[in-house]
Amino acid sequence: MEDKRKRNLILNGLLVGAFALFLFWAQVNLDGYKIQIMNLIAVNIILALSLNLIYGFAGMFSLGHAGFMAIGAYTCALLIMPPLQKQALFILEPAMWPFSVMHAPFLVAVILAGLMAALAGILIGLPVLRLGGDYLGIATLGFAEIIRVLANNLPRMTNGALGFKGIPDYANIWWNYGWCFITLVIVVRLVNSNYGNALKAIRDDEVAARAMGINTFRYRLTAFAIGSFFAGVGGALLGSLLTTIDPKMFLFLLTFNVLMIVVAGGLGSITGTIIAGVIITVLLEWLRIVENPITIGEFYIPGIPGMRMVVFSLALLFIILFRRQGIMGRKEITWDTVFALFRKRGVEK
Amino acid sequence: MTSREIVLETKDVTMRFGGLTAVHKFSIQVQKGRIVGLIGPNGAGKTTCFNMITGFYEPTEGSIHFMGEDITGWPPHKICKAGIARTFQNIRLFAGGTVLQNVMVGAHLRQKTTWWHAMLSLPSFFKEEKEIREKSYELLDAVGLAHLASEEAQGLPYGAQRRLEIARALATEPRFLLLDEPAAGMNPHETQELMDFIKQIKEKFDLTILLIEHDMKVVMGICEHIWVLDYGVTIAEGDPEKIQGDPKVIEAYLGEEYLQNA
Repeated sequence: MEDKRKRNLILNGLLVGAFALFLFWAQVNLDGYKIQIMNLIAVNIILALSLNLIYGFAGMFSLGHAGFMAIGAYTCALLIMPPLQKQALFILEPAMWPFSVMHAPFLVAVILAGLMAALAGILIGLPVLRLGGDYLGIATLGFAEIIRVLANNLPRMTNGALGFKGIPDYANIWWNYGWCFITLVIVVRLVNSNYGNALKAIRDDEVAARAMGINTFRYRLTAFAIGSFFAGVGGALLGSLLTTIDPKMFLFLLTFNVLMIVVAGGLGSITGTIIAGVIITVLLEWLRIVENPITIGEFYIPGIPGMRMVVFSLALLFIILFRRQGIMGRKEITWDTVFALFRKRGVEK
Repeated sequence: MTSREIVLETKDVTMRFGGLTAVHKFSIQVQKGRIVGLIGPNGAGKTTCFNMITGFYEPTEGSIHFMGEDITGWPPHKICKAGIARTFQNIRLFAGGTVLQNVMVGAHLRQKTTWWHAMLSLPSFFKEEKEIREKSYELLDAVGLAHLASEEAQGLPYGAQRRLEIARALATEPRFLLLDEPAAGMNPHETQELMDFIKQIKEKFDLTILLIEHDMKVVMGICEHIWVLDYGVTIAEGDPEKIQGDPKVIEAYLGEEYLQNA
């Protein structure tokens, strides 16, 4: 038992080291477009992990991710843009104090972005987490929509429909993967701890969980707030990565993308989320081909914008029809399963 | 019955659902260290009594006292923390977890380290997590399920699931244990084992036990005192011999004709 833990620790360390070397290599050898996709992968994994904690492990069907991301993105952007830039940016109405003058380093800005999102998570969670199942989904969806409408209609804070442009692009590959790593470690720790067992117990049978002395409401609220925190962090990184945000970016489609990763990877599987995060982010870019005009023999298909979302909806439909539990179900790839696989292969030879 | 300290006392507890009175003026006193039973025909309100004692229902009238403290209207988790644990008539295990995880969830109540200790990977967290794991193993050992610790709880045979549910309840370190039909669906051999098992855990964990049971052999075999409910009303109470001979009880169970013919 102890030996195994030590072994896993060493192997994990090696894996992280190897990945860091890969990032070094990528930074030098890959072009900007590929680097951008890698950045998006990291951000999407952060977002999907946070939603998986809320939905997959704690069993709360939340569709409010875009709202938390918006809060994170706006908070972070307002903090990292220098006051002078903000003065030039707010052309509808001048920015309100303290938004006009506040300024913070990127790390502080991202943490504050997460905290603001977590605070919003607690505020919205207090009334709506008493709901269960689909009702919670609808309530959180409404919350995300409220945030978007607010962003549209508070010009002295958010610059209204124009949004922010030219947000400093601090979110490079190291920041993104750094936060991705932190999110991963924290979610894994939580989920594998006895606290995680209690969360899963609430998901599996709330009545029994209450009979075991678990204050289910408080546990749900905490998990929801932690998930919101990382949704805010993801939103903050995304804003800085794209250097531009506006209210239209935070439509339901954004939540849908994250939800797709979580469902495709497997509700309640961390490795599944990572695998699906990579695959779906890459596919989302790669499938841009289908939106271009295509000539097949005699036929000419004009480019249809939004076509890749049709392809994705179809893919999700097939996943739900034929593999409802997603790529990994609730299982995980661990060092044990990897070694077991090799051993089996060895026997077969 | 010599008098001992009263662990649980209900005073005129009544539960109404709309116009239906499920339980009417239910008053019992349970003495420390006893195994007592609550019996009655289907739909008599036994499980409703359990739900009121464990906080799942708030009684319409009356009060419930545990170790001298008024716990009427407390939420279930607080009552569990105060020292009352229960099992369910239709087994409610955490299907997604292993046998060990089920017991660990029970032990979670007494855990001091919490989510942020886990997030920060503090040494105190790992230490306590290890202690809980060991404690849970010991409990599984006590109920004879240690060899199944890493199995999925869902896949266990019926009898083992019942024992696991009891082990999980024991992990909350209760002083008072409520068992809702522990022998349901068991064959005579398993039932006999269960009776010994209940007596064993009572001694080992210094418990007071209240159980609902349909199997008269179990009730008469291990209960020192019995209450009989019929249509929400307590129609008889006393020791097993007295209950067995009580015409009201025979009537409730077997019908009026049976009494006349007998």
